[in-house]
Amino acid sequence: MTVNQLMKELNLKLIAGNDGLDNEISGGYCGDLLSWVMGRAQSGDAWITIMGNLNAIAVAVLADVSCIILAENASCDDDAKARADLEGVPVLSTEEQAFPIAVKLSKLLGI
Amino acid sequence: MSESINLKYIVPGDDFTRAGEASGAVKRKLKQLGFNSDVIRKVAIAMYEGEINMVIHAGGGEADVEILPDKIHIILADQGPGIPDISLAMKEGWSTAPDNVRSLGFGAGMGLPNIKKYSDELKIETELGKGTKLFITVNVSN
Repeated sequence: MTVNQLMKELNLKLIAGNDGLDNEISGGYCGDLLSWVMGRAQSGDAWITIMGNLNAIAVAVLADVSCIILAENASCDDDAKARADLEGVPVLSTEEQAFPIAVKLSKLLGI
Repeated sequence: MSESINLKYIVPGDDFTRAGEASGAVKRKLKQLGFNSDVIRKVAIAMYEGEINMVIHAGGGEADVEILPDKIHIILADQGPGIPDISLAMKEGWSTAPDNVRSLGFGAGMGLPNIKKYSDELKIETELGKGTKLFITVNVSN
């Protein structure tokens, strides 16, 4: 499933990183501590978090996640948006909490 | 690629917005050279954690990267306070990062453990009051 398809299925709002919408999603990871996420998230995961800062974008790039999903409408600052656009990391937003989004993602991916 | 490629970066201290520039640049270079994605990910994560550590704890430092066909060597050197107890610092979850750093999402106590996890060799030289030097090697598997 691509990020674009996920965005439509879960009614997520695109905040930045339009160029990465064709990225393939192979799994999911939830977490807000950056090093923890970087050490555990797998390449291709959709990363559900509330961290919308510049460093979160750097972690997403280095860990090769497919996209960031900001739960509970967590904010994404302007620097982070610019970096996400530059790096092609899709940043999506939802008003839902991390748990229900993770459950829905899991059902969609069949895992 | 038959010869080595050497890269050098200055990691500025106390500037979290620029942390990751060096590891990002190395990642792009490795991609351009055609290394496989697992190797690139290992190098990128190990190096980023080292960069962040230098920014949080040591006021910045220097990164030297040597790219060879069969391995990648990274040396991260700082002139910070040194690590008083390496075995504690290697323990997952143990952190001395201040609260302002934690609010950015760092300070999970996973820095050195992640570097060890994603490198094939890790050597740490540290002296209190003088600084720390990390020697990281990632092997290129075929």
